[in-house]
Amino acid sequence: MTAPAQARNRALLATAIPVVCLLAWWLGTRDNPYSLIPPPRDVAVALWDLAFGGIYDDAFSGTLATHLLASASRVYGAFLLAALFALPLGMLIGHLRLARDLLDPMFQLLRPVPVTAWLPLSMIIFGIGPTAAFFLVALGAFYPILVNTVFGVRSVEPRLFEAAAMLGVRPAAMFPKVVLPAAMPGIFTGLRLGLGFAWVVIVVGEMTGVQTGLGAMIMDARQLSRTEIVIAGMIVIGIAGYLSDRAVQALGARLLRWSPQHG
Amino acid sequence: MADTGIIPAQLIHIDHLTKRFTTAAGEMVALRDADLRVGAGEFVCLIGASGCGKSTLLRIIAGFETATEGQVLISNRPVTAPGPDRGMVFQDYGLFPWLSVRANIAFGPAARGLPRRQVAEIADRFIAMVGLAKFADAFPHQLSGGMKQRVAIARVLANDARVVLMDEPFGALDAMTRERLQDELLELWQATGLTVIFVTHSIEEALCLADRVVVMSPGPGRIAADVPILLDRPRDVSSLAFNEQRRLLAGMLHAHHQKVVA
Repeated sequence: MTAPAQARNRALLATAIPVVCLLAWWLGTRDNPYSLIPPPRDVAVALWDLAFGGIYDDAFSGTLATHLLASASRVYGAFLLAALFALPLGMLIGHLRLARDLLDPMFQLLRPVPVTAWLPLSMIIFGIGPTAAFFLVALGAFYPILVNTVFGVRSVEPRLFEAAAMLGVRPAAMFPKVVLPAAMPGIFTGLRLGLGFAWVVIVVGEMTGVQTGLGAMIMDARQLSRTEIVIAGMIVIGIAGYLSDRAVQALGARLLRWSPQHG
Repeated sequence: MADTGIIPAQLIHIDHLTKRFTTAAGEMVALRDADLRVGAGEFVCLIGASGCGKSTLLRIIAGFETATEGQVLISNRPVTAPGPDRGMVFQDYGLFPWLSVRANIAFGPAARGLPRRQVAEIADRFIAMVGLAKFADAFPHQLSGGMKQRVAIARVLANDARVVLMDEPFGALDAMTRERLQDELLELWQATGLTVIFVTHSIEEALCLADRVVVMSPGPGRIAADVPILLDRPRDVSSLAFNEQRRLLAGMLHAHHQKVVA
């Protein structure tokens, strides 16, 4: 099979199940005025109105860009903040026995606590508003980055230390010369998962006390029973998260060309 | 004893080397009282069954492990840690997967902080020496096993190692590649005057390569015999003399093996 034909086949396979779901959705909601779930057409119209306005001209019309921008800036900002803490901490825990004994048990205990459980406490600490949302998203991104950085640093093949030592690398230089480059695939996986998690957590983060953002928009729509806008918001988050992940993956394929798993 | 007092220059002195490990089952002697002298430019093969301590001996010379008793002297200086004067070639290559062939070969000179131009010249020279010019920018995972081992050898030579320690370097390669790499290694050795200590469990490989074959035996690991190989080079594996030597060495290895079993 030729490469374009293969790509076409894969695209066809990837869309098969979503198309079936869409069809089922359409069949289940059509000619049913009492359905609580709006039909696909209503969602499509709501999405258009959200993006460009001109159909309903209500509080939601044409606000998509504002909400998307607010959410995206929170996602990326919180992600960067999380990386700023998780990367050095992960390297310390992975590399130094003392840091591992001091910090690892604590993080292992804190890690299973869901981000949603932090919501009330974060609102007390940071007040109701965007700071609490920012904190929750950062918290969500923090653990995947931390855990994978620790793993990456700890799983360096011992043979590489021997190879570097016999080529003249001093023990103090092992970290930058061997550990860091060898840990890059693990670190990168952590960053990718962390960014994905930030998109997952954003709705929870923006659920209370925030005016703009896709999460706030979905919550507002829910209170007004505008379910078509709720679904439109879900679709936008899905697409934004997907595109963001694809961009990170493309970056990884470039930077980690040497790794059989990435290149 | 009427010693003439003329002692040939020995690069490597190994004196009463003993290595004991403490395991859950108690104390294990990996190597007992090993003595060995290797002259500059010599090609010595260590051969023996698994557990005879040949790899342990090599790793102590490399500085990866410390001896329990005795010491290793290189040019009269005791070995305390790994160093660029002793390059190791591992069976599993040990290449840095994130570096290209060129950067792997340049790793030692670059780590020593040589000027960039000089590092590039050294890299080019050794890339050419092992015939990998076309693959200079490839990453290790894109290479065959034979090519990877060529990179590993070039990396050690580019780092100016005087002693090359090889731990069953061709053990994971197919027979054809193995023979070709043996020939290439001999050419490099003859061209550069390196000192090589080469661990193998193949009698034929040892006989193809070595000036001397050191036979080791297990339980506890020790040096059982030190056999000079006086066959002409290049060596003809089908010759009568070669096969006589092979029988002799096989007999030695076998005798020790039987003692252990009994």
